[in-house]
Amino acid sequence: MNRSVAITGIGVVAPGGIGRKSFWDLLMSGRTATRTISMFDPSRFRSQIAAEVDFVPERYGLTPREARRLDRAAQFAVVSTRECLTDSGLEFAELDPHRIGVSVGSAVGGTTTLEQEYLVLSDSGRQWEVDGSYMSPHLFDAFVPSSLAAEVAAVAGAEGPATVISTGCTSGLDCLGYARDLIAEGSADVMLAGATDAPISPIAVACFDAVKATSPSNDDPGTASRPFDRTRNGFVIAEGAAMFVLEELEHARARGAHVYGVISGYATRCNAYHMTGLKADGREMAEAIRRSLAEARLAPERVDYVNAHGSGTKQNDRHETNAFKDALGEHAYRVPVSSIKSMIGHSLGAIGSIEIAACALGMEFGAVPPTANLHEPDPECDLDYVPLEARPARLDTVLSVGSGFGGFQSAMILTRDAGTTRRAAA
Amino acid sequence: MPRMTLDDLKLILDECAGEDERTDFGSDLLDTSFTDLGYDSLALLETAATTTLRFGVELADEAVTDAETPRQFLDLVNTALVKVA
Amino acid sequence: MTAPTTAPGTPGTSSSTAVITGIGVAAPNGLGTEAWWAATLRGENGIRRVEAYDASAYPSSLAGLIIGFDAAGHLPGRLLPQTDRCTRLALTAADWALADSGADPAALPEYATGVVTSSATGGFEFTHREARKLWTRGPQHVSVYESFAWFYAANSGQISIRHGIRGASGVFVAEQAGGLDAIGHARRTLRKGSSLVVTGGVESALDPWGFVSHIAGGRVSRRTEADRAYLPFDKDASGHVPGEGGAMLVLEDMSAAVRRQAPRVYGELAGYAATFDPPPGSGRPPGLERAARLALADAGLAPGDVDAVFADAAAVPALDDAEAAAVEALFGPYGVPVSVPKTLTGRLMGGAGPLDVVAALLSIRDGVLPPVAHVDRPVPHHRLDLVRGEPRPARVRHALVLARGHGGFNAAAVVSGAPDLPSAAADPSATFPPVPDP
Repeated sequence: MNRSVAITGIGVVAPGGIGRKSFWDLLMSGRTATRTISMFDPSRFRSQIAAEVDFVPERYGLTPREARRLDRAAQFAVVSTRECLTDSGLEFAELDPHRIGVSVGSAVGGTTTLEQEYLVLSDSGRQWEVDGSYMSPHLFDAFVPSSLAAEVAAVAGAEGPATVISTGCTSGLDCLGYARDLIAEGSADVMLAGATDAPISPIAVACFDAVKATSPSNDDPGTASRPFDRTRNGFVIAEGAAMFVLEELEHARARGAHVYGVISGYATRCNAYHMTGLKADGREMAEAIRRSLAEARLAPERVDYVNAHGSGTKQNDRHETNAFKDALGEHAYRVPVSSIKSMIGHSLGAIGSIEIAACALGMEFGAVPPTANLHEPDPECDLDYVPLEARPARLDTVLSVGSGFGGFQSAMILTRDAGTTRRAAA
Repeated sequence: MPRMTLDDLKLILDECAGEDERTDFGSDLLDTSFTDLGYDSLALLETAATTTLRFGVELADEAVTDAETPRQFLDLVNTALVKVA
Repeated sequence: MTAPTTAPGTPGTSSSTAVITGIGVAAPNGLGTEAWWAATLRGENGIRRVEAYDASAYPSSLAGLIIGFDAAGHLPGRLLPQTDRCTRLALTAADWALADSGADPAALPEYATGVVTSSATGGFEFTHREARKLWTRGPQHVSVYESFAWFYAANSGQISIRHGIRGASGVFVAEQAGGLDAIGHARRTLRKGSSLVVTGGVESALDPWGFVSHIAGGRVSRRTEADRAYLPFDKDASGHVPGEGGAMLVLEDMSAAVRRQAPRVYGELAGYAATFDPPPGSGRPPGLERAARLALADAGLAPGDVDAVFADAAAVPALDDAEAAAVEALFGPYGVPVSVPKTLTGRLMGGAGPLDVVAALLSIRDGVLPPVAHVDRPVPHHRLDLVRGEPRPARVRHALVLARGHGGFNAAAVVSGAPDLPSAAADPSATFPPVPDP
């Protein structure tokens, strides 16, 4: 069996935009959602900036009990899952629950809750032998983040294969690739797939401080995330989620569903080089791109837009620029490439899925999101990065890539479904 | 005034990057590059962070990156120590 | 939409046979495959009292602890400052598995090798130390290595680097079901063109914060005697004991294994499937039986073909009842021998499924089933043929491994004896067509 896999529903919780409509509006405006951290006092940290979601659980349909019970990452997952279910128009109650699966990506799972619990149980770190008598009944769900997939399954009534994929910063692409595989091989007909992370917690901020991966531009948070700019100095940590309804293409067509696009290619590779370092040549990312294009049976010239990893670290942006040149050849210089991390930061495991949402909406509305804050291009980053302003363009084939600690490099191709007409702008 | 010696540096390197018999602390250790000694950028970041805490000096990120050998690293630290004093 | 009744293929690929050619075990009752297996057959218990710190204030202080693991004796010094205990154990088990297989991933076609692991708790003790430094001394004291020693992908990443593995890889979290998910996905990557995958899971989160977090799940036994605390399917079942360790396997496309003249083939991963439980109050049974049926269908086998079951064994009465009901529904009352070697290790989360797969492979190899240790008052209504007391001699051709993860996750794997090698394999002079570079 080799079935095609369509995206028929999208839900997004992103900094500066909750819900796919306001998320897309933010991307088109070129505004940035990065700011001084408000979730805790960041004054002792090297990087004091983040792209935070202004999230009031009750406003987005969570009950007070859900708000208490669920870690922030799980709350994002639940809210975006509900949105994508509605968007898909699928009557989940009429489906065979055994044929609905779940694949959730997350790099750091319930970190926020874990750290808060730790502070209580350890008397702010003073007790090595933490005091278990104060533990929250929800600690275990933060301890083992497969709870995220369980929550999503509960929202959709899914009883097919369910799991969490945690490949660090490529989790958001890898969880979609996994879901794609399960539908393609016939293990499920519908997958709730996507990724969530809520890492704006002192321990996460501190560990990226230590590796000096995050931007220290604390004086001007709005311009701190500057992918491909000569003056870039690190990524800006962020949070968010994007969830999708993925559906076997013929099933989607048969019910007259709106198809945002088809996941026509996906591949992941490891650089086997270093847990955080990247060789400049981008060799393994290039291989992931080539492999995903081969799976989609597309020549590089067919790619209309590249959604870059574009984290804004010195080494990443060179690494992937070289990967694009290696994999796409001369076409790399012609195709628009942009990084939405310039606007909404880097939400670790979630961002790969949020970027796929941007790609699908770009195909939908005929536009390429810009790279904000790109004023002085790095001479070594010499592609068309769509600086500052969104650009209208018909997108039939889109490439999105991700790169992460551990050496993981992933690439995904979305293509327009020939049988689908474009929906009027929402 | 405290000074950082080669022995201090060796101690911190072992602590931050791990002991490894492959490391040959020969006589020209001072001028062998960290890369040739088997230390990657993370090991040096960790070494710099520990040095900062232990010796009470501030080391600029770029200066740490530019220090390619133990001698250059010690010079950097000891120059900063003079300034502190 | 109807469920396919036969094993589905995958995009643009063969449904090649996935065989296990290497094993590495790190378990509380044995380091190294043969040491663990011998200890398991002897009934040697790896469950002991936590002594690294004062656990007396906790409701439980028993764990499946690995004693005497000398990381520096197994791994280069440079890896020690940057790795949590779970990663050191995983790297060591992966080394052993690869050595056992005789394969050198770096010598295979680039991108034809992968690492797919399961990790439910990440580098927990490492993070505990760093969080403590952060909150007692400040952010400047947090290690650069925290950024990756902590996360769930640490084991896959480090194994990839150590062995030059560059192909399709992955990391699965599904509490105790995740280890089988990883192995199932490893087989998928073989079907998509890889030739060798290092797969499995190794866990460790038994520092005080990790230990308390295990207890927070509400299913940890409060009994204080090491041989009375974890009693699945027993009238005295009172929860489980958490443990550390697991297993790494080398899963290989059979034609590639034959081509490189792999020294041994332990068996085949013949079937795999996963399901999720229906919501509470649905009136429908949990998804474990369905996972088992799907895995059997995937393997092209009927329940009657199965010679042994390696149970999930929650040791929570209601969960034991549910698993016993699933086994009885599949095999009939007392219809198949049920073995639980994890009674000697505790529950290993992502490490549990892989270690049970190893137990199944070695049962096939040696014609013997390890017992369910310490259980002497089986719940009568379970109607299970528990292998109790001594190991039981048995001809095992196909074994079913079951795993459940907290929250509703179910996974099942079918492990079979080594398939008949292609006729050409019998003739070492025969040449094989080259394996396409994926």
